[in-house]
Amino acid sequence: MRKGDRLKEKIIQKEQIGKWLEKLGKDYEIWAPVKRNGLVLFHPISSAKEVYFNFLNSKKTPKDLFFPQSEVLFSFPKEEIEKEVETILQKPRIVFAIRPCDARSLALLDQVFDSEDYQDPYYIERREGTLLVGLACTHPQQSCFCTSVGGGPFAKAHLDLLMADLGDGKYFVEALTERGEGLLEKNDSLQEPQKKDREKLAKIKEEAEEKVKSKLVTKGLEKKLDKIFDSSLWDRVHQRCLGCGICTYLCPTCHCFALLDEKDKARVERIRNWDSCMFPEFTVEASGHNPRISNRERMRQRVMHKFNYFVERYGETACVGCGRCIQSCPVNMDIREIIEEIRNE
Amino acid sequence: MQECEKELREVAKKLLLEKKVDLIIGYEEGTLPLRTRPIFIREADETKKLVWNSRCENSLCSYLKTTKERVGIVAKGCDSRSIIGLIKERQIKRENIFIIGVPCSGIIDRKKIEDILEGRELLECIESDSQITLKGEGLEEKVDKDKLVHASCKSCKYRNPVLYDTLVGKEVSQGEVEEYSDVEEFASKSDDERWAYFNDEASRCIRCYACRNVCPACYCPQCFVDQSLPTWFGRTLHPSDTLMFHMIRTLHIAGRCVDCGACSRVCPVNIELRMLHKKVQKDVKELYDYEAGINLEELPPMATFKMDDPQEFIK
Repeated sequence: MRKGDRLKEKIIQKEQIGKWLEKLGKDYEIWAPVKRNGLVLFHPISSAKEVYFNFLNSKKTPKDLFFPQSEVLFSFPKEEIEKEVETILQKPRIVFAIRPCDARSLALLDQVFDSEDYQDPYYIERREGTLLVGLACTHPQQSCFCTSVGGGPFAKAHLDLLMADLGDGKYFVEALTERGEGLLEKNDSLQEPQKKDREKLAKIKEEAEEKVKSKLVTKGLEKKLDKIFDSSLWDRVHQRCLGCGICTYLCPTCHCFALLDEKDKARVERIRNWDSCMFPEFTVEASGHNPRISNRERMRQRVMHKFNYFVERYGETACVGCGRCIQSCPVNMDIREIIEEIRNE
Repeated sequence: MQECEKELREVAKKLLLEKKVDLIIGYEEGTLPLRTRPIFIREADETKKLVWNSRCENSLCSYLKTTKERVGIVAKGCDSRSIIGLIKERQIKRENIFIIGVPCSGIIDRKKIEDILEGRELLECIESDSQITLKGEGLEEKVDKDKLVHASCKSCKYRNPVLYDTLVGKEVSQGEVEEYSDVEEFASKSDDERWAYFNDEASRCIRCYACRNVCPACYCPQCFVDQSLPTWFGRTLHPSDTLMFHMIRTLHIAGRCVDCGACSRVCPVNIELRMLHKKVQKDVKELYDYEAGINLEELPPMATFKMDDPQEFIK
């Protein structure tokens, strides 16, 4: 699709969403935000009734739909070493009501797992087999700063469809790719947007952007980080950190992993598991030496990877401003403060 | 409460000025509503940042595990018990720790507030002695603190610190506590129901290890799950890895867990294994007549042997 093309803009009545999803469910496996045990997470759904629309954002990102936390890459019987290729997706999928920040994070992961240098077949199959139906963010939180890192609460980039709740029982839906348009064709109760719908859309978009009050100044940050690798600042900022993996595991862009082989009597499996730079064994070398000996070095690595190394390599910051690390950190480590402190150093 | 905070700041300031400690570990306001967070103070001036309220949910004792300095630490009842444990197990030296005891009427469980919010964002929260006012877009709700306190605090018998060098604020009344009623109720369920519960809880585990890292009793220089030579545990999300991690951790802290609730408060996916820890605590009480962190003298049951120790379970 060419940039700027307007494929299709429609209005869908809230009460029609169920019927639409039911129809799509015949061809797709649909994942949507569901609230269970007080937690909003993406789960496969069989009815629109399960969708928890009233969510700020999901606790975990939908990242594991593309890059699972633990995955058997291949396995083989112990006696014969012969790769078995399995189909990963049985059915194409839809991630329904994904937030624009999380969609943007997938574009960042694409650079890692689907680049000229390296194509990860596991990631790519999931990515290509999955459509993203975005739900614009009408209630950005205090910890959100998407607009500082190239995104926005109504950002369309990397989505197939973007829905926005107009608040009057209607959703404004825009198809952004041909595949997205295909999804709309499965809905026979669409209406044409009226002038007042468009005005409403513009208004709620502006209000949402206004609500993103947190700002993170990242301009020139990577150069600053180059200079302060040995600064005493790192002694200060890590003090409170417990060294757990919450920030990395809830982060939509963190993508470090470790490969392990596991065997039982009959089979050998090669497993890929998420890893975290905040863990002590992350960089332990075979000799037993650990170059990142304390939280200080680990915290520095996390910041450097996101705001320096990734920028150097791919030209973008590895952060989409979703604020999950701020929200869920047990000791309220706040990346906004850390960046501010770095800038003032 | 404000009185107590004022007193706390003065005590901390004096300790630093008189060079009785090198470092104060306490709480300061956080960057989001409801949140406080640990603060490390080395300059007397900074003590004005110290706060004390029912939002001080962190257990600060986990920081004692690595520090070699003389520390002044703000400690609730449960924290004072954890400190006793660390002293008894020779992890810290009594003379290096100055305990600033704070009586505590219970810590607010943020997860209970999330249930009230039903997806709405909390923008401000105002705390009074008995109530909390929650404010947000189209939201203003007054809630009794009693309804919000963490389950561990509800059954807490030691609201006033058991060991301290100075106590700030007034002792709080204890009242009758049904210490094990929830465990008994849970234990009366069928094996299948209990197994299903624990499996369901552990199935959400993302292996971030926040529960372990915050636990005052978890101080192994290298945790069994982190060892790779040999590898005791797989790194997958299979229950044989996740549930077993939690079960082994539970047994490692048997006779040492003080039910401070820190592990369940830090969990990002609301895993509630308190019942398991509490059951082990109850067993230790019944088998060895021992409660963790009550005094400095009594030897921990898992670190000692008596001729009359119960041994019916040895077949």
